[in-house]
Amino acid sequence: MSLRDQVAIVGIGCTEFSKDSGVSTLTLAARAILAAVEDAGVQASELDGIATFRVGDSVPPAILAQSLGIRDLRYFVDQFGGGSVSHSIVGQAALAIHAGIAETVVCYRALNARSEFRMGGTGRPPVDAIETQYQAPFGYFTPPQQFAMAARAHMERYGTSAEQLGAVAVQQRANASLNERAMMRKPISLDDYLASRWIVEPFRLLDCCLETDGAVALLLTSAERARDLRQDPILISGVTWGSGQTLYSNQQPDSTRTSAADMAPRLFEMAGVGPHDIDVAELYDCFSYSVLVQLEDYGFCKKGEGGAFVESGATALGGSLPVNTHGGFLSEGYVHGLNHVYEAVSQLRGDAGERQVENAQVALSAAQPGYVSGNTSALVLRRDS
Amino acid sequence: MSDANPQIPLPRPTPLSKPHWDGCREGVLRVQRCGDCGSFVFIPKPVCDGCLGSNLSWVESSGRGTLYSYTVVHRPQQPAFEVPYTVAIVELEEGWHMLSNLVGVEPDHVEIGMPLEVSFERKSDEITLPCFRPRA
Ligand SMILES: [Zn+2]
Repeated sequence: MSLRDQVAIVGIGCTEFSKDSGVSTLTLAARAILAAVEDAGVQASELDGIATFRVGDSVPPAILAQSLGIRDLRYFVDQFGGGSVSHSIVGQAALAIHAGIAETVVCYRALNARSEFRMGGTGRPPVDAIETQYQAPFGYFTPPQQFAMAARAHMERYGTSAEQLGAVAVQQRANASLNERAMMRKPISLDDYLASRWIVEPFRLLDCCLETDGAVALLLTSAERARDLRQDPILISGVTWGSGQTLYSNQQPDSTRTSAADMAPRLFEMAGVGPHDIDVAELYDCFSYSVLVQLEDYGFCKKGEGGAFVESGATALGGSLPVNTHGGFLSEGYVHGLNHVYEAVSQLRGDAGERQVENAQVALSAAQPGYVSGNTSALVLRRDS
Repeated sequence: MSDANPQIPLPRPTPLSKPHWDGCREGVLRVQRCGDCGSFVFIPKPVCDGCLGSNLSWVESSGRGTLYSYTVVHRPQQPAFEVPYTVAIVELEEGWHMLSNLVGVEPDHVEIGMPLEVSFERKSDEITLPCFRPRA
């Protein structure tokens, strides 16, 4: 039997998003999980599965289970990886519930990505791998450098402009101004964007995600059981994994196309919907450019037209496809993809306050589309009807 | 970037990559080529990523190519790198891509598609980096 609509997200929780949490990732994770448990109206003692992902920067499931008093953990996922695997752990939890391995699984991501472990951070010795032999000596180490390389190729090939990258940052900040969780709420103009300093061309400061201390947790159970719980169930209609050639080894012949382009048809087929059915999209925005390429690779516009699509206002609140309604990594905070799922659930519940998308029934939430790692993953979620 | 700086992280060649790094020291840009399907393979791999065959051998590249994409780094991850500097993906004449640095051209004058040629920059007794400079 297909996994479509068989498992639901029934609880969501998060901590404050800050530059310095002052607590461990264990404490952050526990706070977010307990908030999700409370939101769902269940007892913490009912948890029997835990799923997370990390890059050696966070508390593992076994330690967390012990802290939460779970003595008989029936299922766990401790996935190595960054944002590209963020949505896959929700899929792993759904598979386990559907297969009867566990009944109530919490997915979390907890990180002190500003105060402790900065992504691509300075001072870390280069990994002695074949790929890094051909990158580190040339001063090529970090995600902004890697994504900038792809963005530049896209600008050259399709005429994507700085103003179009800036439109992503401006729209998302406007959304964040309506989001009480967001770290950056003061609206910005295109001039502010263009005046912000270079980080790695063509990226300015305002093209780049925030670095955040924080945690998000999502509680899953079967759709059948979900209907007896406190919140309107949000069903997992589709979840897919994807992987292709990695830019990490520089052998992706076309840097302007991602693994998401190969995966998207599978995702939509599983969910029984198409791009035109999506009411709101939360797209992994480590950088402004990542949003443009996903709009193309998920089929919301033609290849090469992501910039024009954003500039037209289609992706703003009130547009045909509001994107990153929480402000995304650029303005809400960087919780590595799970804050995108959190926002998608809020939108589908109708709980998004001033930034609520009217009559949101179906949402796409997507992980990093495949640059660097090659991997990606994504979810189609919908209201239970 | 042409000044030798001991703090730049230099590669430690492995059996797979040693023929390439030896070539750079000798002033030759080497790339693997598949004897079965003809694919050029880079970075060094144990099998051909075109046909999964094991019939790979090292051949000499012309060292000429064009600029596929680039980024100008203004915020260095390590202080040994003097900013701004240009990281480039070069498309060699034989069709393969490699990551490198551009030398002999200011960041403001870099253009995608510009003709380039390899420029070997000695960094230590063992390691010479294959950088690229504009060619006429
Ligand atoms: Zn071959």
